[in-house]
Amino acid sequence: MLQVNNISKTFNPGTINEKKALNGVSLHLNPGDFVTIIGGNGAGKSTLMNAITGVWPVDEGSIILDGANVTGMPEYKRAKYIGRVFQDPMMGTAPDMEIVENLALAYRRGKGRTLKWGVTAKEKEFYKKRLSILGLGLEDRLTAKVGLLSGGQRQALTLLMASLQIPKLLLLDEHTAALDPATAAKVLRISDEIITADNLTAMMITHNMQDAINHGNRLIMMHEGKIILDIQGEEKKNLTVENLLQKFRDVSGEKLENDRMLLSD
Amino acid sequence: MSFATYFASLNPMNLLSSMPGAVAQGLIWGIMALGVYITFRMLDIADLTVDGSFTTGGAVTVMLKLAGLPMWECMIVALLAGAVAGLITGILHTKLGIPAILSGILTQIALYSVNLRIMSGAANKSFTYGEKDLFVTLGNTTLSIIVGGAFTLVIIVLLYWYFGTEQGSALRATGSNHAMSSAQGININNMKIIGLALSNALVALSGSLLSQYQQFADVNMGRGAIVIGLAAVIIGEVIGLAILGKHLNFLGRLIFVALGGVIYYIVISIVLWLKLESNDLKLFTAIIVALFLAVPYLKKQSKNSFRKAKKKGEMSDVAGK
Repeated sequence: MLQVNNISKTFNPGTINEKKALNGVSLHLNPGDFVTIIGGNGAGKSTLMNAITGVWPVDEGSIILDGANVTGMPEYKRAKYIGRVFQDPMMGTAPDMEIVENLALAYRRGKGRTLKWGVTAKEKEFYKKRLSILGLGLEDRLTAKVGLLSGGQRQALTLLMASLQIPKLLLLDEHTAALDPATAAKVLRISDEIITADNLTAMMITHNMQDAINHGNRLIMMHEGKIILDIQGEEKKNLTVENLLQKFRDVSGEKLENDRMLLSD
Repeated sequence: MSFATYFASLNPMNLLSSMPGAVAQGLIWGIMALGVYITFRMLDIADLTVDGSFTTGGAVTVMLKLAGLPMWECMIVALLAGAVAGLITGILHTKLGIPAILSGILTQIALYSVNLRIMSGAANKSFTYGEKDLFVTLGNTTLSIIVGGAFTLVIIVLLYWYFGTEQGSALRATGSNHAMSSAQGININNMKIIGLALSNALVALSGSLLSQYQQFADVNMGRGAIVIGLAAVIIGEVIGLAILGKHLNFLGRLIFVALGGVIYYIVISIVLWLKLESNDLKLFTAIIVALFLAVPYLKKQSKNSFRKAKKKGEMSDVAGK
């Protein structure tokens, strides 16, 4: 479904702030793969997602999505294929617009924006049904401005929007990191349900090793702009945080020094 | 001059007789305010192109009329000329990476020369004396109010429709959240260009109507137009919120913004009646706009000020002892 072939990206080349953020990353995802991504700060996890969504062009390599080469496509064109949830709950929704308007915008992802009416009556019923999956009571607040919702509610809504048009790829970028533990667990559960229901191909960055082990069928670890571990199948099922840390030491020859990753349970 | 003689010199009849003209002009500027509303409130861009495109609207109208075109054709060309001006600002901003406010200033300055070119180098041009083919005119304020009101109404309905469509929603989303819009497949650069073109088209139409109303176009007629437009937007919103509160929906907002122009001109008439120097009008307008823009900020600050924190701290210290 997704083929990332040997991509590289250097920020601020030729300056004192030069940073090789991606260093020859290759990754192949099969349809229905749900990959969790872990790694320390600056390992290149978010950079990889930005490369896939096309926030900027990569320096080298190619990105192929469901057979189509998207390497030269800007973000708004790739959006047709990709659903995305950001770390910051404020980033995924338009606060000045109603819940139903946000959903309608997402429902038209990848289609031309014509002069037809922005939300039809028929859609509203569909949105209500989808919103009720979240179990947050949002289905009764269709015309509420999204700016009035809590971070967790907005994140759940973004998740729904990302999957309203079945995406070829769903990208979750630490989408529960800014939420309180109870809300984070709920949003994570909803993510699992949506991915399973539509058999989506998905990638999820997390700083929580246990979450990375519990979710998905495949786990990759990044370090200094490279993928250093790729674990799937039975091996993934039997992983523990302990042997994940051991593997990291074996592969990188360093200790994983990231308190945020170690301390979170 | 003592207060008594000052008040004695004010004639209420003068004020009353100036009202129809104020309403007519206010309606014309209300159309301009609707244009400013699109960029200022929806796209969050203070677009200074309008000072130039307003004049362009007037200049194009007068020159084409003098060339013998029917008035409605002159107005359509004026509208399109405004759209082109907005398009240029949009391209400067989105394709060439120039900050929005500077892009607007560049187009505005360029338009000064362009407007003089349009008027064959003259600083002002009048319609032929006794021109009959005017939609609005100073000579017939009642007619001007009716026609101005009709134009405003049609434009409000069109804007309300447009911003409810898929494209209009995408434009609103662009102003509300760039990251989200891109992620939803919206080309935010194109949306900004469309918004700027639409806004300046309305501004030029307003300029066209004003040139008809005053029966000439002047290269300086748009100077400070952005401030008048902002004044109308802000006055309209404040009054709309005061009257309707939470029930102020989008349609209501558009209506009140257009009315903001009328209220602005009524206030100006009153101020002039109170014998304020007309040369000081722009200073007066700037102060009003600055005040209204500052109030929401100051309100927020007063809830969140260090001085208050200090006072509270001292009080609890005293209580603690």
